Amino acid sequence: MKKIMRNVVGAVGIDLRLLGMIGALVLLWIVFDLSTGGRFMTPRNLFNLSVQTASVAVMSTGMVFVIVTRHIDLSVGALLGFIGMVMGTLQLNILPEYLGFGHWSIWMITAVAGLLLGTIIGAFQGWIIGYLTVPAFIVTLGGLLVWRGAAWWVTQGQTVAPLDSTFRMLGGGVEGTLGAQLSWLVGMVATIAAVVTMVLARRRKSSHGFKVKPLWAEYAQGGIVTLFILGYVVIMNAYPLPKGAAKRYAEAEGIEYPADGLFISHGIAIPVIILLVVAIVMTVVAQKTRFGRYVFATGGNPDAAELSGINTRMLTVKVFALMGALTAIAAVIASARLGAVGNDLGVLDELRVIAAAVIGGTALSGGIGTIYGAIIGAVIMQSLQSGMAMVGVDAPLQSIVVGVVLVLAVFIDIVYRRRAGV
Amino acid sequence: MNKQTPLIEMKNIELAFGGVKAVNDVSVDLYPGEVVGVLGHNGAGKSTLIKVLSGAYKADAGEIFVNGEKATINNPRDARAYNIETIYQTLALADNLDAASNLFLGREIVNKFGMVDDDAMEAETRKIMQRLNPNFTNFKSPVSALSGGQRQSVAITRAVYFNARILIMDEPTAALGPQETAMVAELINQLKAEGIGIFLISHDIHDVMELCDRISVMKNGKLVGTENVADVTDDEILSMIILGKKPTKSN
Repeated sequence: MKKIMRNVVGAVGIDLRLLGMIGALVLLWIVFDLSTGGRFMTPRNLFNLSVQTASVAVMSTGMVFVIVTRHIDLSVGALLGFIGMVMGTLQLNILPEYLGFGHWSIWMITAVAGLLLGTIIGAFQGWIIGYLTVPAFIVTLGGLLVWRGAAWWVTQGQTVAPLDSTFRMLGGGVEGTLGAQLSWLVGMVATIAAVVTMVLARRRKSSHGFKVKPLWAEYAQGGIVTLFILGYVVIMNAYPLPKGAAKRYAEAEGIEYPADGLFISHGIAIPVIILLVVAIVMTVVAQKTRFGRYVFATGGNPDAAELSGINTRMLTVKVFALMGALTAIAAVIASARLGAVGNDLGVLDELRVIAAAVIGGTALSGGIGTIYGAIIGAVIMQSLQSGMAMVGVDAPLQSIVVGVVLVLAVFIDIVYRRRAGV
Repeated sequence: MNKQTPLIEMKNIELAFGGVKAVNDVSVDLYPGEVVGVLGHNGAGKSTLIKVLSGAYKADAGEIFVNGEKATINNPRDARAYNIETIYQTLALADNLDAASNLFLGREIVNKFGMVDDDAMEAETRKIMQRLNPNFTNFKSPVSALSGGQRQSVAITRAVYFNARILIMDEPTAALGPQETAMVAELINQLKAEGIGIFLISHDIHDVMELCDRISVMKNGKLVGTENVADVTDDEILSMIILGKKPTKSN
């Protein structure tokens, strides 16, 4: 029986670790759903969960590269706060002076400025690590203090609010969703893209005369992916706008608001779309570009990478610049979601991000890690936290549980690796 | 035989770490189709000397000529540009990547969109392995899962694949069994026949006597001497290595 299972798994080419993580996540959801009397697995909660996960998940994809190259970045939470503060000040206190309040381009200029700032700061930290050879732990520990302090300095500790209304859409509030039709469109496009990618990969493999998976396995995999994408769209579309927002929507569209309410779908939230794009881009970078290949080679054996002619110092700068850019994207999502930037924005996020990457199978010894793993890790972390909050677990106990789960997850991963011999 | 231009001439190379002169005024050369053994105790400076040629270290003084022309080698990329390939004693493989990724590391095959083409690289790797080591079949696993001999195959294949003109082999048989050692010996003879020049760093006198045309012996960072293998005995080589004594020309 065991042998048959192994053969099936081998034929389908499923990543056992991926299966394990999804299994753990599903188990978690079922337990929370049962103990909250069915309140956990509702469209509303799953919508909130996906929006809450987006910011940390975006950063965790970059943290995979950082950890794979045997570094660490402790500064992402503070950097997120600082970039958020700068973007908030820029769009509320500086840009309106020149463009007028509520100008259409404010959100774009702000986001681009944030992205530039994050990339430059990340590259600077990477330069200290790569060229001045100060350990990443120290540089980013310093960064944590520096950027948190700098964030306070930008406004002398004042909260910046309310943010530009277009900018706020990037955080996925009531306005920041795609709605039913667009969500379906995105779902369809994603499904077709996934299937086409699979077909092309199979063709390329057989054109080289390599062994390919049996057709039924391809169909099964394609079916599961399709089901997953479209299922997510169905669930997001099943979550209606609250009454007030539906009324406003009806007014804007010129429809009369019916007495028994109006069912307008949220659809997929914009931050989730941002996360999706980041995930795809980062996966392609990791698997299909020279840069990604060198990141993994350097993590596996820095000396070998150097001897192969890879400029590992410049690589370090690029990895941290990328981390900085992703932190800026996360800062956009996090600040837009709250509609305001306070001093506590991003506090302890560095630990959530590192935990997500590590739960997702990224090895601190370097060379091993996946983008999808980190994202699932982020979903697991967020599910644990919001699930426990819904069940009514005390805050101190929540952090105890999260801490234990983190250690346990890494232990299981180590045992798995030893058994699988990878 | 030595009328041709040498493939490599290293002249008066010096390199110090801190106050210690690891390589002190050493000159060696290498001709096409020739195997030159670089011998010496641990710490004699032979690996350091050869790493200057492969670009891993930069010499403090001295000159390198490739095909009679002065060459500037500041890093491993420069060395590769001169078709100097190195098989390191440590193999220098990224253990977490598969054979094809290691073979092409730093020189990946990319498609027209600039994306790494793993399938094409695997196909090429299968082709060359078919020639060099037909027993090699594990193309999917990370090289950490391979045996010592298989890992050596990957390292050798990587050096040979990219049209090496000069090959540096640092203790290529140190970790191998008798069968695999014989395979390496056969490969060296084959490469020699193709006109490739090889620097062979080794402890093993028998290897050296069997494979090398000339030997350069080092001791305490200095060159003891360079001799034709045919002109010297085992004992004379040993006394060069141990005592730093040049063989008397009486015989």
